[in-house]
Amino acid sequence: MTKAKRNRLIYNCVTFAVVILAFLVLQNMIANKTITRALKGQLVPICCWIVMAVSLNLVIGISGELSLGHAGFMSVGAFTGAVVSGWLLNSFGMENETLRLVLAIIGGGLIAGIAGVIIGVPVLRLRGDYLAIVTLAFGEIIRNLVNVTYIGVADGRLVFSFLNKKMPDGVKMLVDGASGAVKVAKISTFTMGFALVLVTLVVVLNLVNSRSGRAIKAIRDNRIAAESMGVPVTKYKMMAFVTAAVLAGMAGALYGLNSSTVVPSQFTFNQSINVLVFVVLGGLGNVLGSVISATLLTVLPEVLRAFADYRMLVYAIVLILVMIFTNNPTIRSFVDRLTAPVKKLFHGKGADKGGARA
Amino acid sequence: MKKFLALALALALCLTSVAAMADAVTLSVAHIGPTTGPAALYGLATLHGAEIAVEEINAAGEFQITLINEDDEHNVEKTVNAYNAAMDAGAQVILGTTTSKPCEAVSAVAAEERVFMVTPSASSPAVIEDKDNIFQICFTDPNQGLASAEYIVSHKLGEKVFVIYNNADVYSIGIRDTFIAKAAELGLEVVGEEVFNDETTDFTVQVAAAQNAGADLVFLPIYYTPASLILQVAASREYKPVFFGVDGMDGILSIEGFDTSLAEGVMLLTPFVATSEDEAVKSFVTKYEAAYGETPIQFAADAYDGIYTIVEACKAAGVTSGMAPEEVCEALIAVMPNLTVNGLTGTMTWDASGAVSKTPMAAVIENGVYVIDVE
Repeated sequence: MTKAKRNRLIYNCVTFAVVILAFLVLQNMIANKTITRALKGQLVPICCWIVMAVSLNLVIGISGELSLGHAGFMSVGAFTGAVVSGWLLNSFGMENETLRLVLAIIGGGLIAGIAGVIIGVPVLRLRGDYLAIVTLAFGEIIRNLVNVTYIGVADGRLVFSFLNKKMPDGVKMLVDGASGAVKVAKISTFTMGFALVLVTLVVVLNLVNSRSGRAIKAIRDNRIAAESMGVPVTKYKMMAFVTAAVLAGMAGALYGLNSSTVVPSQFTFNQSINVLVFVVLGGLGNVLGSVISATLLTVLPEVLRAFADYRMLVYAIVLILVMIFTNNPTIRSFVDRLTAPVKKLFHGKGADKGGARA
Repeated sequence: MKKFLALALALALCLTSVAAMADAVTLSVAHIGPTTGPAALYGLATLHGAEIAVEEINAAGEFQITLINEDDEHNVEKTVNAYNAAMDAGAQVILGTTTSKPCEAVSAVAAEERVFMVTPSASSPAVIEDKDNIFQICFTDPNQGLASAEYIVSHKLGEKVFVIYNNADVYSIGIRDTFIAKAAELGLEVVGEEVFNDETTDFTVQVAAAQNAGADLVFLPIYYTPASLILQVAASREYKPVFFGVDGMDGILSIEGFDTSLAEGVMLLTPFVATSEDEAVKSFVTKYEAAYGETPIQFAADAYDGIYTIVEACKAAGVTSGMAPEEVCEALIAVMPNLTVNGLTGTMTWDASGAVSKTPMAAVIENGVYVIDVE
């Protein structure tokens, strides 16, 4: 086994170990009832944001494209998930919540993936920062489209209406225009969230470390060189972008089914930027970093509730401090010295930070 | 000797106040609303209104209320976090949430976990639908339509009514639908309707249609910003019907750069008018202005009434200190349908669904201030 391969293996093992350990500890806390309500209520959102951050990292960190509309894919997933779940329940009487949740997540991923293809095909052929602008616009378009989309179930059939709410009598609304998805049956569970995080990690880490992943990274590092080696640029960029869109859609479905109401205005440009902050803070291309930063930054505002109205100020200061500290050479070398013995254990001598950037 | 006497007196005072405290029922009420972010105006108003009510009640002594405040940033995800944080902090009853969409999310959780909730200002019907433990202080959106139609008919404000509404806004559509239905029932003639959406900035078409239809009353179930534009167009066309708005019209006088003389004679359905001569309202407004340096809006009054409603219900149900939220909830649900509360926003009763019924009040704008419309 080459050193690079071994580093990768260790990095992947550590990533999975951290996530699984966290899940076991939390499950234990839930079983013992030592968990606070506030934390328990956040478990599913945390899973969603982890998936969002990791999938966006695939676009930004691994494939080197800037996407500013990731919340748009989440929105597509959330509303699709709510419709699929409501449809299965009302038309087919499917009472099994786990099965419904799985189907809703798959549905959310599928539709978000289609949206990803539609955007990716024209835009990923372009050079420069076009993807950033188009994804930004996409997020806004989705929000406005959902605002005028009405979907309901009547007599076991899905009924769609656009722009004007024209529904037959006795319809049960699933998506009610600007009021969003209404009276959603809350079926998301932490276990399913954990499963989705694992699926995301398996998909992303395997993609990154595969032949395709190397091609994607080659394009990121030098497009002309990669093209001259015969790497089909658009194909590999699409692969990363659509995978990320599918995962974001799945996260959206889980997120949507965790609350009794979902509104289009939850998935704004700000939300996309929020996910971008998770990715940047965790380190571009660093999957474990995204997992940790998504978790911490979701929990942080709630932990800071003690500061009342000043908490978003404190949150901003914490963000700045983290950015300064993680980039401070003195602190980095200090952390390296601390972790050196552990690394030595795996590598013998000559430990380096090879695993940090997958 | 004097010193001793003073000491003894002080001690006696302490003892009696301790005794009073011991008798008092302690209750933890959590206020959930956006105290930061874009909707902070409303969240702060409900928080301040609630604070004044709590102060009065604690001073009266029968109840000792601890008010917990959790910020929800008008965000559906954060609001559930805020609810959980409040419950962790020992809340027994929830006053909130201030805004409709977050309230739909929280009320679903509260209904499941059996926590009694009174919302001062979340007006969407979905907040109380299928939930027996959620009660509203404000009218639901559809009820505002009913109340407006009834008010217009009973006060003979107009005979030919024209409606201009926003067909991209749930709030506006909800009120319009029930208004039209009720108007038909009461024999009020609706001579026409025009719609607009959030992007509309020119209302010439809508106003001209109303004018051509010969309407003597224009019903505007919309927010104050488009309403101000409609008033400007009407003024330029020298069209002077009665303009009748609902609670979304509250705020029209505070638009920057708006000529408030255009709003003279505009009527709006509102439960609370700060200039009212009512003793309770006067006292509330004085306290509020002294404490926060601004005139209270109807949200503050709604929250003030919300706290009093909770306390009155607790009195009626005989709630004692240290009851679990579930016990309090069941006890309060039982008494709510029989409860009558005299609040700042009117005399309120509730049916089992959680919707409030109170006499609608209308204010008319005169010389740049709201005045209660009296015959």
